[in-house]
Amino acid sequence: LCFAWGPAEVLVCETLFGRAGGSRCPCPSRCPCPSRSPCPSRFWGEGRAGAAARALTGSVAGTGDGAPSSSRVFVVRRDQDIYIQTLRKLFNESHGIFMGLQRSEEELAGKSRKAQLVQVSKNYRSVIRACMEDMHQAAVSTRDPALQGQYSTQVSILSAMELIWNLCEILFVEAATAGPLLLRLLDWVRLHVCDVDSMVREVLSSESPSKHKLFWNVVDVFVLQGRMDEARHLLSKEANANPTSMNMYKILDDLMKKMPVPSLGNTQTLTELELKWQHWHEECQRYLQDGTFASNPHMESICKILLGDEDAILEKKELMTTWYHFLVTRLLYSHPTVKPMELRFYAQSSMDLFLGGESSPEPLDMILMAAFEFEMHQVIKECSIVLSNWWFVAHLTDLLDHCKLLQSHNLYFGSNMREFLLLEYASGLFSHHSLWQLGVDYFDHCPEYGRVYLELHIERIPLSTEQKALKVLRICEQRQMHEQVRSICKIMAMKALRNNRLGSALSWSIRAKDAAFATLISDRFLKDYCEKGCFSDLDLIDNLGPSMLLSDRLTFLGKYREFHRLYGEKRFPEAARLLLTLMTAHIAPCSFWMTLLTDALPLLEQKEVIFSAEQTYELMRCLEDLTAGNPDKQKFQDDDVETTKVEMLRLALARNLARVIVKEGTVEGS
Amino acid sequence: QDNRISVWSAGDLGNAGLNGEYHGEPHLLCDIQHNGDVMDMQFLDQERIVAASSTGTVTIFRHHPNNQTLSADHRWEKAHYHVDQDTSCGGAACTGVVCNNPEIVTVGEDGRINLFRVDQKDAVRTIDNADSSTLHAVTFLRTTEILTVNSIGQLKIWDLRQQRNEPSQIFSLAGDRVPLHCVDRHPNQQHIVATGGQDGMLSIWDIRQGTMPVSLLNAHEAEMWEVHFHPSDPDHLFTCSEDGSLWHWDTSTNVSEKPSFLHQGGRSTAYLSHSTMNQSVVSAWLSNDPTKDRMEITNLIPNQTLSVNSLDVLGPCLVYGTDAEAIYVNRQLFA
Repeated sequence: LCFAWGPAEVLVCETLFGRAGGSRCPCPSRCPCPSRSPCPSRFWGEGRAGAAARALTGSVAGTGDGAPSSSRVFVVRRDQDIYIQTLRKLFNESHGIFMGLQRSEEELAGKSRKAQLVQVSKNYRSVIRACMEDMHQAAVSTRDPALQGQYSTQVSILSAMELIWNLCEILFVEAATAGPLLLRLLDWVRLHVCDVDSMVREVLSSESPSKHKLFWNVVDVFVLQGRMDEARHLLSKEANANPTSMNMYKILDDLMKKMPVPSLGNTQTLTELELKWQHWHEECQRYLQDGTFASNPHMESICKILLGDEDAILEKKELMTTWYHFLVTRLLYSHPTVKPMELRFYAQSSMDLFLGGESSPEPLDMILMAAFEFEMHQVIKECSIVLSNWWFVAHLTDLLDHCKLLQSHNLYFGSNMREFLLLEYASGLFSHHSLWQLGVDYFDHCPEYGRVYLELHIERIPLSTEQKALKVLRICEQRQMHEQVRSICKIMAMKALRNNRLGSALSWSIRAKDAAFATLISDRFLKDYCEKGCFSDLDLIDNLGPSMLLSDRLTFLGKYREFHRLYGEKRFPEAARLLLTLMTAHIAPCSFWMTLLTDALPLLEQKEVIFSAEQTYELMRCLEDLTAGNPDKQKFQDDDVETTKVEMLRLALARNLARVIVKEGTVEGS
Repeated sequence: QDNRISVWSAGDLGNAGLNGEYHGEPHLLCDIQHNGDVMDMQFLDQERIVAASSTGTVTIFRHHPNNQTLSADHRWEKAHYHVDQDTSCGGAACTGVVCNNPEIVTVGEDGRINLFRVDQKDAVRTIDNADSSTLHAVTFLRTTEILTVNSIGQLKIWDLRQQRNEPSQIFSLAGDRVPLHCVDRHPNQQHIVATGGQDGMLSIWDIRQGTMPVSLLNAHEAEMWEVHFHPSDPDHLFTCSEDGSLWHWDTSTNVSEKPSFLHQGGRSTAYLSHSTMNQSVVSAWLSNDPTKDRMEITNLIPNQTLSVNSLDVLGPCLVYGTDAEAIYVNRQLFA
């Protein structure tokens, strides 16, 4: 049974006891836990208990009475959303934007900085929209109704997110002032209230629009959204079709044309605008009271709307569909120079008037209301509760923090809100098998706890291939997380060792500069040699290079192999010298001395004398050291072999000594 | 884990955009599920793709252009595996694959080299324990010889005609045995080989002489994942790395007369002189004349964030993929 579950997932084991057996586990009937009471099942793993309770997947069906049922194991995921395929684009792209924002120059002050931040905000929104498109395409093309439902839900969630973000951009990031504020709000409404788009298209594309039954609805929509040119264009068609109302039409058209609107540039001040508007308003008033439009109720209602008559506007509720559309229309026609701080009053009253006590506000409405009231923290808090994923609040808060709007709010456990949200979001990413790479960068930009979180998370990423391990290691090395480097290299080296990949194991221990492990590997090699009588993996040992120096044992291994090579090439004096150095310089482990001495035997028995007197004395000393050290050795079972070996050695050494003394004593040339 | 092999269309030739430059985004033509991570992949011929998986399986996929689908043609399971007592999985990642129709050679984390033929169910030849460490990449040197690189910094030549399971030649880096991750052979001059290492260093080797590289060029700040000579214009070399950059190395000699092809961001040009160790010959890659050999190196990625894992180049087109789950296509490499 092979589990594959990530570091931030929780395993819940549920055991049901049959009724006959006695007490029944109280949990099953209440799963998924609505409350946060501790569940009697065993939880382990990281992640806050609250998050786990919220994310419990799978519900428990009650089984029949009496019989004990089989246990079930649930895999509880912290963050379901990150596994949705189409949202991956959102996470990846927003990561790029996030990084760009963190790296952007802080020195840009004033207007250019604000423009830069607004651009960042727009980038985020375009990513949300792109994701919405993809999700929509997926919803349309899939045939599985459950999946389709899921996609459609996602589309509406994304659309709501973009709506909220757009409003926050207008009010907080751009901080539009009176005048441009209204224009932005109009754009916002036009972009997001699209329930009427199909109706508009239908009318516009029909042969004679003015005869269409929804014609006046469309004109009203244009007027309500302040799209004066389009409204006038449609009205002209009506006027052409209906010459009797030409007079009325001309006046209405004129009024609509002359309507003063705030401009984006600095061409007029607010007071100028207000004056103009006042004049225009009075003119409209006059026409209405004169009864100019009395014969055509549609045009009359349009005139009333132009005058900002709330009742007239409210009549067109279905065309506006939302209270915030109502709000903006109201503002357009009664207070075009509204200041940001005044919005809250209008917002509250608009919502009350629109909903009229029939329905209560939904969470989205509350969030928008909080935005209109400039309660940034409230917005973030509400969004956190409503949305299932930290993506939105983390990125929005980060952006607002860069706008220097969130300075003063510190949470009780020390880190500020931005950091808290980023940490939560990034932690969620880490439970994904490949999105964790994005999480690393987020942790990097959390000054207080980011590093600690990263250290904990990064060690728990499952390392299925070497390439993944290399990526993780590179991340750790770049951040000087030496502990983690060592631990990961050790894990990989152990795995390699178990799979008998000694070369890989060595390469991992070189990366971690882990001398102890290198010693372990060398011991393995030496053990193999003792058992098989020859070296495995010669290509590795022959080519150790400078890494040989990592550990003494490794050096010994390399040198020992070199001895064998020298012997094979019949370079006996050098081989002899090397062998001696290995023993006298104490590079060789004591357990190996016997083997080394046995290796010396053939050299001693050569026809030609190889070891000098000095060397022979050294060898004898080594032998004595070896045998003197453990007198118990003689008492072992196979001490026959041992004693024979020792005796043979002594004999060979003595003979060699004899020969060499004679040889050295002989005067040359005689 | 939901891994897929996908075929994309990166803008048709017949679809001339607004002013000939706007090619539009690549769009997905078809895809198919793949078991395990795709570690390496190569076209076998016009219609077939060989993919190496992290589960140790090698699969041939066939692309059907008329109805735009992919299907799995043939699969060699457990091409790479560890002989392991503990874990039940036992599969070892297949790290590199190279094709020369009808032969396919694969190497893996188990140090094994497999030679497959397209029509045969089992491997034609397997060299067990060819290497005691992980083999990271393989490429053909000649029709019967292959080059492999491993994680103890060795470049080995294997002669597939011979029956013995030993490399015919071993080259290694001079100093530290830094793991080598990628290898490519010069398209025309078969003795020139380029490898990329874990420390981001690009090494150029002349395999006719010596056992050490001819040049060592300090390139990236992190692992170099892939190195490719341009198939038709081998004075150009491309490398991509974990540090998120993709470098274009240009040794065409007339640097001054060459038109500038920098349409993409950051121009970080550097004029390098090689630190060479061997005298040599005709090719600019091996030349060591400091007055003549100037190499222009350009980073083709303006805002680098995450690793560039893979690249490929053909004609004027360059394709690369990053860890940010994005694929980039550059169709005017030498414009």
